[in-house]
Amino acid sequence: MSVESLVAQLKTGLDAPICLTWELTYACNLQCVHCLSSSGQRDPRELTTAEAKRVLDELHDLQVFYINIGGGEPMVRRDFFELVDYSISRDIGVKFSTNGAFIDADKARRLASMDYLDIQISLDGIDAATNDAVRGAGSYDMARRAMEHLATAGFGAFKISVVVTRHNVDQLDGFKALADSYGAQLRVTRLRPSGRGADTWHDLHPTNAQQRQIYEWLLAKGESVLTGDSFFHLNALGEPLPGLNMCGAGRVVCLIDPIGDVYACPFVIHDQFKAGSVRDPGGFAKVWKQSPLFLELREPQSAGACASCGSYDACQGGCMAAKFFTGMPLDGPDPECVGGEGDHVLRSIDTTLAPRPSMDHSKPTTVRLGTTRRPVPVAGA
Amino acid sequence: MLDEALELHPQVALRPEPFGALAYHYGNRRLVFLKHRDVVAVAQRLADHPSLSATLSACDIAPSRWPSFERAFASLKSSDVVRERESSVTSVTSVTSETNETSAA
Repeated sequence: MSVESLVAQLKTGLDAPICLTWELTYACNLQCVHCLSSSGQRDPRELTTAEAKRVLDELHDLQVFYINIGGGEPMVRRDFFELVDYSISRDIGVKFSTNGAFIDADKARRLASMDYLDIQISLDGIDAATNDAVRGAGSYDMARRAMEHLATAGFGAFKISVVVTRHNVDQLDGFKALADSYGAQLRVTRLRPSGRGADTWHDLHPTNAQQRQIYEWLLAKGESVLTGDSFFHLNALGEPLPGLNMCGAGRVVCLIDPIGDVYACPFVIHDQFKAGSVRDPGGFAKVWKQSPLFLELREPQSAGACASCGSYDACQGGCMAAKFFTGMPLDGPDPECVGGEGDHVLRSIDTTLAPRPSMDHSKPTTVRLGTTRRPVPVAGA
Repeated sequence: MLDEALELHPQVALRPEPFGALAYHYGNRRLVFLKHRDVVAVAQRLADHPSLSATLSACDIAPSRWPSFERAFASLKSSDVVRERESSVTSVTSVTSETNETSAA
């Protein structure tokens, strides 16, 4: 079976996801301008520890090999270590994304002592000015301090996770050098107009010339840099990048959000892409196997306006979330289509009519005494 | 290859899928696609037989298909999904765990 036929098979869905993202909380000590989940404040409906463990039991039964834990800042949850320990005890490996605020020397030693645990520290600039412009004041030092603690504790190869923007694309070599200096692994992913990113994407997303720059850099680095297969829209430029050339939403990946809602992927927190809830009768397994949304995504998709383009087989029409939150038709080009078709569409539509994310947990910009929910304390930040 | 005594790596889990199975190695975090159910059946019974060829016979795999199985298991051995029995196999130290760290056999 060729890779192409394997991809064709995967598009019809798997018995359980390969790669499941679970945002544990919407609470976050930071307020990144591109946060894909519009995180900030805890949602009072957040899954309890007992509910979260029941989900892990289900994932164990489905033989989900590992989960990607995120947020919000997952380490804000008081039961963070309890849930990670429980997951690993149920043979579900954990990779979690963090801004590093809560990784002090003690926590670093505890993390270093655990098997089947991977850590991704988010960093969006190789210097404080570039990083903090996106992730907030002090966040660069926070991340670097966490990396130092992990290195000192002998954690091994943690990951440095970068969202590529117009402003850090020239720093890719610098990120790689930084990762190498820690014996860490670099992971770069694509900026999506999701969450608060819907408001900042137009200013942050790489230009068309930068798209080619990213493509050539990734091609040269091969499999030494992780990408979450997020740049497959660039394959229209020529030789395909390593990885699966397909959108995995609802087919091989999905998202469980902090309140247990299941979405097709981490970048589409919107009612149109909500498949159900782990709190529904039948739990996560029933949502994965039977939700009408996921069954529809596993049907052959129309190439639509891209059908006549010779590059469609290479780029697959790009990212569903990127199209959706820029107000573009789902069966048309990606907004960052390297053939320039996305630009044409973007210029012809009213982008202010684009759908808005269904939930916003951003912290209020002004404190209205007595009317706002109190944010989760972030002691130690 | 055919004469080797193989076994599934103890850190590997197999998950049946319509096309065959997914193999996940908890040590090196690699995900490998086993793209035929017969390959899965052979992989699961390797440890019960003295060699790969004996396992293929026991699983009623026609000899004309053995070369393709030999290639598949060479690939699975290189990604540490299967290993030689009774030898200390050095585990792979690189840590990779994303969907782009996939390979197929």
